[in-house]
Amino acid sequence: MRRSPRDSAESARKIGRRGLLLGTLQVGAVAVLALRMRSMQLAHADEYRLLSEGNSIKIRLLPPARGLIHDRNGYLLAGNESNYRVTITREDAGDVAAVLNRLRRLIALSDAEAESILSEIRRRSPITPFTIAERISWEEFSRIAVNAPALPGVTPEVGLSRFYPRGGDFAHVLGYVGPVSDFDLGRIEDPDPLLRIPRFQIGKVGIEAKMEQALRGRAGSRRVEVNSAGREMRELSRQEGDPGDALQLTIDYRLQNYVQARLGEESASAVIIDVTNGDIMAIASAPTFDPNLFVRGISSAAYRGLNENDHRPLADKTVQGLYPPGSTYKMVTALAAMEAGVIGPKETIRCPGFVEVGGRKFHCWRPAGHGNVNLQQSLEQSCDVFYYEVSQRVGIDKISDMARRLGLGQRHDLPMSAVAEGLAPTQAWKKRRYGRDWVIGDTLNSAIGQGFVLASPLHLAVMTARIASGRAVEPRLVRSSNGVEIPAPPAPVLEIDPVYLAAVRAGMDAVVNAPRGTANGSRIVAAEMRMAGKTGTSQVRNISAAEREGGVTANDDLPWRQRDHALFVAFAPSEAPKYAVALVVEHGGGGSAVAAPLARDMLLFALYGKLPPLSAYPESQRTRIQNQRDQMILVDPDEAPPPTSTRA
Amino acid sequence: MSLLDYGLRSAPTGIRKVLFINWPLVVLLSAVACVGFLMLYSVAGGRMEVWAEPQMKRFGAGMAGMFIIAMVPIWLWRNLSALAYGFALVLLIAVDLFGDVGMGAQRWLELGPLRLQPSEVMKIALVMALAAYYDWLDIRRTSQLLWVAIPAVLILVPTALVLSQPDLGTALMLVMGGGLVMFAAGVSLWYFGTLAAVGIATVAAVLQSRGTSWQLLRDYQFRRIDVFLDPASDPLGAGYNITQAQIALGSGGWAGRGFMQGTQSRLNFLPEKHTDFIFTTLAEEFGFVGGISLLALYALVLAFCIHSALSNKDRYAALLTLGIGATFFLYFAVNMGMVMGLLPVVGVPLPLVSYGGTAMMILLMAFGLVQSAHVHRPR
Repeated sequence: MRRSPRDSAESARKIGRRGLLLGTLQVGAVAVLALRMRSMQLAHADEYRLLSEGNSIKIRLLPPARGLIHDRNGYLLAGNESNYRVTITREDAGDVAAVLNRLRRLIALSDAEAESILSEIRRRSPITPFTIAERISWEEFSRIAVNAPALPGVTPEVGLSRFYPRGGDFAHVLGYVGPVSDFDLGRIEDPDPLLRIPRFQIGKVGIEAKMEQALRGRAGSRRVEVNSAGREMRELSRQEGDPGDALQLTIDYRLQNYVQARLGEESASAVIIDVTNGDIMAIASAPTFDPNLFVRGISSAAYRGLNENDHRPLADKTVQGLYPPGSTYKMVTALAAMEAGVIGPKETIRCPGFVEVGGRKFHCWRPAGHGNVNLQQSLEQSCDVFYYEVSQRVGIDKISDMARRLGLGQRHDLPMSAVAEGLAPTQAWKKRRYGRDWVIGDTLNSAIGQGFVLASPLHLAVMTARIASGRAVEPRLVRSSNGVEIPAPPAPVLEIDPVYLAAVRAGMDAVVNAPRGTANGSRIVAAEMRMAGKTGTSQVRNISAAEREGGVTANDDLPWRQRDHALFVAFAPSEAPKYAVALVVEHGGGGSAVAAPLARDMLLFALYGKLPPLSAYPESQRTRIQNQRDQMILVDPDEAPPPTSTRA
Repeated sequence: MSLLDYGLRSAPTGIRKVLFINWPLVVLLSAVACVGFLMLYSVAGGRMEVWAEPQMKRFGAGMAGMFIIAMVPIWLWRNLSALAYGFALVLLIAVDLFGDVGMGAQRWLELGPLRLQPSEVMKIALVMALAAYYDWLDIRRTSQLLWVAIPAVLILVPTALVLSQPDLGTALMLVMGGGLVMFAAGVSLWYFGTLAAVGIATVAAVLQSRGTSWQLLRDYQFRRIDVFLDPASDPLGAGYNITQAQIALGSGGWAGRGFMQGTQSRLNFLPEKHTDFIFTTLAEEFGFVGGISLLALYALVLAFCIHSALSNKDRYAALLTLGIGATFFLYFAVNMGMVMGLLPVVGVPLPLVSYGGTAMMILLMAFGLVQSAHVHRPR
């Protein structure tokens, strides 16, 4: 087929025109692309750069090491131990079940555990590491590390976990830590981002909880580059946080250990205070438990066991337990009466065994009565009638005022959980609380530490320390922070006539050292260590008139729950007081028989700084004491001295 | 045009033809391909064997094909045009019947060791067929309705087949590629105006059809339209790709973040980073300078094509060169427009840069035709 040259020329011209048009079109499109590129990459580059970095750079928190806690001599009470654990990331593992099966050849995992792990992993995000096992041994840890190529997605990790080397000895005072719960987060208004780190531990009770802010420390941070799956590719920068403050307590761990061992499985508690400065040397509640169980996640069976035990091992009886102080309250009544001038230090009152007030009979613990007693004798023999008598003269409000000056009926500021306020009742208080008027019988009951009066062992220890020192000592628990001593403000002198205090101290001395004293069996024979104290037996049930007629049932014949509480407060040395102790054995029976010997042993240990020589005890008791010691398991007295630094 | 018009006596013969090849175009194509190798090396995290090396081999094979095709006289190709179109059509039907399903669409055909995308073949075959048709057609009939309807059918039959795969992107490329050849051939502008009007009406109808029983597009295609209009509406879902691509592109800035330093691509925020979205990695790592350089290379390729076409008196050769140039233009313009958020996301690779066997080989063979037209131009 031929075409005319004219056709050909015209077609070429046409293609030329359309071709140019097409080219122009294309150039236009290229220009649009170039302009768009310019707008994005030059005009708005910063915005996109920011977005890009937001994509790929993430801030990860570095949990700080929790502050260490030492005893007054620098022995470690709460530390951090390496916690080897193994995690799995589903995204990287691929076939999780197969990987888990391979892992089970390296570490012990029961079928049930493996099953629950599998179902748990499937519910979690595929990119978040899931903890398969914690606290695996170093051997297991290294076995996993060596076999890493066969275990995709499995990472052996090491973190820090709280550890209490002294176990149960410090369970109540230190408390324990645990993972942050939703409940914890709900309570805090603006939670530290640290709290959102999985497995981060915070103090749950005790000093761990009360001094959480100081102990926690400040988080460090790492800037890491992550990929689109959230996996870390590399670390860009790292800023270490600050570890928590290292705390040094006033407690002596050996004494604490001894006190705890002496209390044993009784439902009891004891507080020992240095009367010169208020330092708490030991504060123990029994029975105790191992706080490490809580850190590691206590089994529900073990927890139920602790919770249902009628001796309440989880309660800190030293500050939370409130008891009628019984006869240990008589010093308060005596001081109030002398200060009010209603009785002189030498004045006597006749005790016929009871008094009758308002048509009601108030009995002395000794049905036959004590005859004529003065103040010293009233304490020595714990005559109730003497106090029934003087309390009517002085009135309840003055007695309670004296109680508060001695540290009762108020909350002492200690970093411990649920420190109880106690109660020193007044007429106004009863009106407010019960809407009824105060009656004279209430005064009589209160005068001997029964009725409304309530005090914790801590209260009684403070009271004893104040009587012994004549100063308003405040108890304290933390001695230094990060090696810097926390100064104890000098305690002001009590505004009580020293003569009256001396009279009461003489009475307490007589309780232990006079032949007829109620705690004479628990005297210390070493002259320079002489102990002064006061027994107390607080009733937990009413004794009916009928029962009184037929003879009061002996404690040993009653069920445990109805037996009297045994109390004893003491200080030593009697002439130059150094330590005060308060001790309560719940449902223990009589204060002189049960509480006094324990308190003596504890004071002696505190005074000697170790087990005292047998020569400190009355000769007749030495064999028994030795036998008792042979059965006790205490911490190694020759334990190496702690490192000089309080920071580890 | 008959053979006599070619002035065969003055035309180069034998090995001398090599001297008449459009060498600047060869250099430009190689430069673009080298950019591709570099980027494929980068997105593979500094490894050759993943993508860059196979791509180089295919480039070598494609170049060899280009030279062989260039040596064959253009009139032979013109006579084979109809056959090529028929062959491509058969492949398209075959892929509909026996094709592999990949990424939710049926696009691949296994021919022995060869994995072929017939729609890629069709893009070139269609240009050849249309160029041959207008070379044969009496120039005075170009704008007559019957003679416009024939090429329209030639375009729409393969388009319908591709659409049924379904592959909206390639279907649009076929329509636009064919349309540009018809435009170059001189079809009256009235037809294009009418087509534009119909097109707008169709778009309106398609948007109206959403959610009704006669829905004209698949749901995923509608979602792509939504996301195109507002990528931020679904930054982690359907809009994720385009959002991340724009972040990569924009964060490149003037000079880029450095070779292999692009966080968006290296940390896997970018989708399809070795294929359709490879330009974003280039723009991230080499910035505006790198992006505009590649665009300039592409523009130069176009310029050489247009120049070659306009200086060629052979109608078939001129139309073929323009058509192949236009197809090439559509490839990179649509791809770049897509990653820059100017166009909706359709699966169009960046020519000679994206990883992909058939696309690159067929494109190089198409440039072989351009070279053949150049070498064998009437003098």
